Amino acid sequence: MYKILSKKQLNQTVTQMEVEAPLVAQKALPGQFIILRVGDNGERIPLTVAGTDKKRGAVKIIFQVVGATTMKLNALEVGEYITDFVGPLGKPTETEGIKKVCIVGGGVGCAIAYPVAEEFHRLGAEVTSVIGFRSKDIVILEEEFRKVSDRLFVYTDDGSYGEQGNVTVPLKKMLESGEKFDTIIAIGPIVMMKFVTLTAKEYGIPVTVSMNPIMIDGTGMCGGCRLTLNRNGEKITRFACVDGPDFNGYEVDFDEAASRNNAYADFEKRAREKTCNLFKNV
Amino acid sequence: MAIVAKKYEMPTQDAKERAHNFNEVALGYSAEIAVKEAQRCLNCKNKPCVSGCPVGIDIPNFISRIKEGDFSGAYDIISESSSLPAVCGRVCPQETQCESKCTLGIKFEPVAIGRLERFVADFHNANDDEKEYVAPTGEKVAIVGSGPSGLACAGELAGKGYKVTVFEALHTEGGVLVYGIPEFRLPKSIVKKEVEGLKKRGVTFTTNVVIGKTLTVDELFGMGYKAVFIGSGAGLPNFMNIKGESLKGVYSANEFLTRSNLMKAYLQDPETPIMKGGKVAVVGGGNVAMDAARTALRLGADNVYIVYRRSMEELPARKEEVEHAEEEGIEFKLLCNPVEILGFNDPENPRNPLNGRVTGMKCIKMQLGEPDAKGRRRPVPIEGSEFEIKLDTVIMAIGTSPNPLIKSTTENLTVNAHGGIIVDENGLTSKEGVYAGGDAVTGAATVISAMGAGKTAGKAIDEYLRKNG
Repeated sequence: MYKILSKKQLNQTVTQMEVEAPLVAQKALPGQFIILRVGDNGERIPLTVAGTDKKRGAVKIIFQVVGATTMKLNALEVGEYITDFVGPLGKPTETEGIKKVCIVGGGVGCAIAYPVAEEFHRLGAEVTSVIGFRSKDIVILEEEFRKVSDRLFVYTDDGSYGEQGNVTVPLKKMLESGEKFDTIIAIGPIVMMKFVTLTAKEYGIPVTVSMNPIMIDGTGMCGGCRLTLNRNGEKITRFACVDGPDFNGYEVDFDEAASRNNAYADFEKRAREKTCNLFKNV
Repeated sequence: MAIVAKKYEMPTQDAKERAHNFNEVALGYSAEIAVKEAQRCLNCKNKPCVSGCPVGIDIPNFISRIKEGDFSGAYDIISESSSLPAVCGRVCPQETQCESKCTLGIKFEPVAIGRLERFVADFHNANDDEKEYVAPTGEKVAIVGSGPSGLACAGELAGKGYKVTVFEALHTEGGVLVYGIPEFRLPKSIVKKEVEGLKKRGVTFTTNVVIGKTLTVDELFGMGYKAVFIGSGAGLPNFMNIKGESLKGVYSANEFLTRSNLMKAYLQDPETPIMKGGKVAVVGGGNVAMDAARTALRLGADNVYIVYRRSMEELPARKEEVEHAEEEGIEFKLLCNPVEILGFNDPENPRNPLNGRVTGMKCIKMQLGEPDAKGRRRPVPIEGSEFEIKLDTVIMAIGTSPNPLIKSTTENLTVNAHGGIIVDENGLTSKEGVYAGGDAVTGAATVISAMGAGKTAGKAIDEYLRKNG
C-alpha cells in the first residue's frame, strides 16, 4: 500500500498527487513512468513520473480524470492509500549532448513535459518551451515552465489565453526564421505529436515523442504496448514499456498508435459512467 | 492380484457445462479411488519413474503410503523434493516424464502418478497444517520472481534456514501460475496456498519491485543479500511479422491470458477489458495456445479455432489438454499458416471506430516436408492454396523471447544469442553469487523444469554460502 502525501487540483479535471514510494523516488528519472492500481480488482494504468522528492520518498504524479480508474484515484484523499504502485519503468529521456532543446507539451502532456524541461534546464541546456491547451480554464504548470525555460510560448486553441492556435504555430515560426534545435521533444495527444513531427521534419530537426499506449504489466511481458516503427524502409515492432516510452518521431506510425489506443473506447465509456454513478450515490 | 490395465479415470466436469465456466475441469480423485490407483503400483526396486521426475520425488515410496491410507506421510515424502505438489499434480506433463518410465506402462497404462500427487497435495491443503516452523536465522538470499522456479528455490533455501526474500514485479505472487495458467486448469486459490505455506516458513514476499528497474541485482548485494537467484521468467511475446498484427483484436497469448487471469477480466463486470465473443483464432499449438483457446471459449466465443502449421501428431501441447479442448468444441485447423490478418477500413469515414478492427485472417495450407535437424517434419506451404476465415479476435501463441530488463542492468551477466542467461549445471551464472533458472535461462518451457532448476540452484546456493559465508 502506498500513502498519498499530498493532493492538489491543477484544473477542473487534472490532479497532482505525491505518493510515498521511496524505492521509486530514489530511481525515477524524467521520462520514466509508474504503473498503479486502485482496489483489489483494479486495472493497471501507466502514469508518467512528474517529479520526485528523494528525501521524503515521494513520487509526483499528474493525471487527468478520464476513466473509471482515474476517477477512483481522484476520490482518494491525503493519508489514504493506493493499492499498488510500481516503477520506475521505461527508459529515461535521452539528454546527453543536447545543448539547445525545444519542449512541446500539449494539454495534460505538459505534466510529463515539465520534468523533462526542468532536467534540461538543470543540465544547463537552452530550453524553449511551447505549451498548448484547448482553452484558458485548463492551462496548467505555466509558472513552473516559466522558471525552467529561457523562452516560453503559451497557446490555446480558442485564443482564450496566450496566443491563439495550436503548438505547431510558434514552432513553425521559429523554424521558418532559421532557428535550430538539437532536438524537439513533443509530449501530448498523438495527433499533436504527429503534427509536431511533420513540422520539424520539413526543417530536418530531430523529434523525440513520448508514447502512451495501453499497457498491462509494463515490464515487457504482455506485448500490448507494441508500436510499429518505420526504420530504413522496414516495419519493425517495438514495445513502449521496455524500449520506450520515448521514440524517434520520424519512425513512429502515429495513425496505428491512435487506432490502437481507442480499442476499448466503448468499454471505457461504460465503465466511466458506471463509476461516475457510483460516486454520485455516495 | 490381477493387474488393473487402465488408470482409474479422473472425474471431470461435463464438457458442455465447463465450456461456459471457469471452474476447474479435473475434479480430483476421492480417497477410495486414490488408494485403488496406488495399488496398481508395482513398487519396482529400481524406481524408473524417479529418473523421469525433474525434482526427483521418491514416487514409489509416497504411493506406498497412499496404499496404507497414510496420506500425510505421503505428503511428507513428496515435500522432501517438491515445494509445489498441488501445482505440479495439475500442470506437469507426467506422460512424458515420470509416467513415461513406469514399468506398468510397458504393457498397460502407467500408474496415474500425477493424479495421485494432486490427491495427496489437496488432502494436505484441506487439512490444516499445524506444523510450527522455526524463524530463519541464516544469511539473506534474494530471489527475483515468484513463479515456479523462484518458489522452488525459496522452498529449498527456507528449508535450510536462510532468510529468503522473493521480489515480484507484479502485484500478486505466483508469476506464470497466476497470469498465465487459467483458473480452470490451476485454481488461483491453490497457488495462494502454496505461497502462504512458504510465508509460514519465513519467506518474505515483496510485490511491486521490478529487479532491473526498481532495484538492480548489484544493489541487492549492497543491501546485504549474499546470493541472488534470477527466476524472472519468459519475456516479450513473439509475433509472426505478418501484415495486420497491430490491428485491434490481435493479442499475444500473454496479453490475452494476463487480462483474463491476472486482471480477472473473466469475472462479471471486470475493471480490465477484454475482447470476447464472436470468432476467435489462436495461432500456435502449445499448452499456452490451448489455454488461450479454452479461455476464449469460456469468455463466450461462438467459434474458437487453433491454427497450427503442422499436423495433430506434432502438436506440442499435452495430450490431455488437446483432448479437453476437443471435447469442449475447439476446432483444429491443422496444416494451416496465417499469411495476413485482415482488418476493417471505412474509406468514407476515417473516424469510424471500427476502422482497424480485425475482420479475418488469410491462411495458406501446408504440407509436411523433410524432417528438420530436430527430426520434426518441416511444414511447407502449398502454393496457391490461400483461403480466408472470418474472425473477430486473433491470439498469437507462438512463444516468447527473454526479458531484457535484468541483462541490461546487471554487469558481467552473460546471455546467449537468444537472450537467455547462461548458467552451469548448478544454475550458476557468469557472476559470482548469482544463479538463474526457469524460462529466463531456457526460454519457454514447463513449470516442473523451472522448479527443478530452482531447486538445483537452491542447493548450489547453500553450498556456496557454506563455503563463503
